[in-house]
Amino acid sequence: MKLILTEEQQFLKDTAQNFAKNKTPVTHFREMRDSENSQCWDESVWKEMVELGWSGILVPEKFGGSEFGMAGISVIMQELGKTLTPSPILSTSVLGVSAINMLGSDEQKENYLPKIVAGDLTTALAIDEGNHHDPFAIEATAVLDGDEWVLNGKKVFVVDGASADTVLLVARTSGKSGESNGISVFAANNDSPGLNITKIATADSRNYANIEMSDLKLDQNALLGEQDLAGETLEKILDLGRIAISAEMLGNTEEAFEVTVNYLKERKQFGVQIGSFQALQHRAAKMFCEIELTKSAVIAAMHAADENSNELERLASLAKFQAGETLHLVSNEAIQMHGGIGVTDEYDIGFYLKRARVAEQIFGTSEFHQARYADISGF
Amino acid sequence: MEHLEHFRQEVRDWLEENCPPSMRTPLVPEEEVWGGRNAEYVNPESKLWLERMGNKGWTAPNLPKEYGGGGLDRDQTKVLHQELYRIKARPALNSFGIWMLAPCIIEFGSEEQKREHLPKIIKGEIRWCQGYSEPGSGSDLASLSTKAEDMGDHYLVNGQKVWTSYADKADWIFALVRTGPKEPKHNGISFLLIDMATEGVSTKPITLISGKSPFCETFFDNVKAPKENLVGVENSGWTIAKKLLQHERNFISNFGLAGGGTGSGADVVNIAKKYLGETNGQIANQAHRENITLHKMKEHAFGLTLQRSGDEGAKASAASSMFKYYGTEHNKDRYELMIAAMGNKGLGWTNEGFSDDEQAITKAWLRTKANSIEGGTSEVQLNVISRRVLDLPN
Repeated sequence: MKLILTEEQQFLKDTAQNFAKNKTPVTHFREMRDSENSQCWDESVWKEMVELGWSGILVPEKFGGSEFGMAGISVIMQELGKTLTPSPILSTSVLGVSAINMLGSDEQKENYLPKIVAGDLTTALAIDEGNHHDPFAIEATAVLDGDEWVLNGKKVFVVDGASADTVLLVARTSGKSGESNGISVFAANNDSPGLNITKIATADSRNYANIEMSDLKLDQNALLGEQDLAGETLEKILDLGRIAISAEMLGNTEEAFEVTVNYLKERKQFGVQIGSFQALQHRAAKMFCEIELTKSAVIAAMHAADENSNELERLASLAKFQAGETLHLVSNEAIQMHGGIGVTDEYDIGFYLKRARVAEQIFGTSEFHQARYADISGF
Repeated sequence: MEHLEHFRQEVRDWLEENCPPSMRTPLVPEEEVWGGRNAEYVNPESKLWLERMGNKGWTAPNLPKEYGGGGLDRDQTKVLHQELYRIKARPALNSFGIWMLAPCIIEFGSEEQKREHLPKIIKGEIRWCQGYSEPGSGSDLASLSTKAEDMGDHYLVNGQKVWTSYADKADWIFALVRTGPKEPKHNGISFLLIDMATEGVSTKPITLISGKSPFCETFFDNVKAPKENLVGVENSGWTIAKKLLQHERNFISNFGLAGGGTGSGADVVNIAKKYLGETNGQIANQAHRENITLHKMKEHAFGLTLQRSGDEGAKASAASSMFKYYGTEHNKDRYELMIAAMGNKGLGWTNEGFSDDEQAITKAWLRTKANSIEGGTSEVQLNVISRRVLDLPN
């Protein structure tokens, strides 16, 4: 496994970089935030991404996708992360596609995947139920009643849950909370009776929802894959999500760092550029080192996913951990090094801090992944 | 690709025939080979292995064939290393000459110097040491004051160097000397090669906090060095000096990975399980386990970064400062975690109450404190990253 990009992946990265620079600079995010748009991403921007084929990067060719793999979508997310571009790409093109493709029957794939590729359908994966990510702590239940599934329970902090056309609900069909066995995944239309979706307002001004299921009735086709057996696959789907958001976080980090280093070269105090102060230089140099480590962890993880490596879990946790730690550091230092203007809303750098903390929570914090890495490694 | 596989087979056959059996067993410190006029070989097969590898030029696989090197390209060199690793071959030769000096002679030396010095370095016939630091010039290396006066056909050298590793065993020294006392400090330095057997050169070993060390002080008292031993142009030695430091940093940074460094290849997780105990196969103490996990994750990401740098084909550059900084700080951290995990067993000095392995870790822990000082301090590396990578102002 070589830790570099192929020509094809580099091309995707360059395309995404141009797109982000020209179509969705940070001013686009600011407009979204200040608008009445409750889904927090722009329909026409998403359509353009779809036209570039980004909705189908992970979709098999026979369902209209390009199969460019995790490396392909990760480099796109990295570039979109630089300008904080809001879009349903993570929830739909990574999580939705992976869940349907890895769990679903041929019929279900045929039903959903071409629509996702065409941009006619967005999804959300509803998994967490508590204050912290804990993928097997599932108490929501699904019980077969005649020829219908009946779901009850709640989901929180569902990424893009407030806009998704189809919600993928993780529920327990047997066993007890904490067990990997007994977990099943169901697809439900957002307007299904018994499904109550409530948008929540988070610091990063992106789209999340809490969801309640009260006697939500779904027909048998709603079950993705086999009853009780989704647990292990779900971990793999989450790992792909973790890698993708790590790439986005790397992009957040790179941009926040670049903006900050440029500021150190411009801002003058005591008659000199503040970047000439060693107290700031050494902190910047240390951030540079951590960013280099993050790039390596992310590229190793995305290639591991595409090669179906047995190191995938460990590398996904390493990537999310390292991306989280580095973004945490850089987002804090970026504010401090900007001084007063860093804490004003008028200046963009604060957006990166707000996005950072939310992204750190998604699919497991650094603490979560540190514990997971230790367990997998047998420490 | 096919050509490379053909080469691999050639290497494999040659090693099969030429690598002596005892050279495929784990290295014991007494049998480490550094070459030189006065080399002593505890194991005669070490000598044989050096001669064979040296004659083939594979002690310096990527140096040009015409000067005794292997003449291999990047991919071939990688294949050679892979094949050596596959049979667990010991290094045929450890050499500051190969790691640091040879690349600089190739880049800056005269044709005569290349013909004179490179073959002897590559065959391990001459052992080199590095004369850089002085008592008054550590991080501010360019302030060095060992002077070399132009006496027509030779330089007259007077002064003192410090931290010259293995000066007491080396045959020659590559030294930075001041030839332009009136020039601004960076512009009055020359890169001079001096035979340690010359009259007026003397050395004295330095004892460290970790005990015995290879470091020495080296004194020059009216030492005559022939003019032809000047590398490059007089007063422009600083450029060569900096380049050589990059090669040195690349070399030191590899210490950051487990198993590198001095004294002990002990793994911190195994040490922790042994001295703190296990609960269900896990390190029994949670606080130690968390600290060690953080360390291992950083190590993993750092290892991937070294790999990525290799895959990108990056040459010695300002980024080598990152590897030097991170690798050495990480190595220090590793030994701190190790002795912490060992509790009072990590504090032994002699065999009264402590095993050989335990003492080795304690000594190695103390030795690592110099990792972030030698070859440019961590603070100097951070300066280099700030200025040359991030382009921050002076």
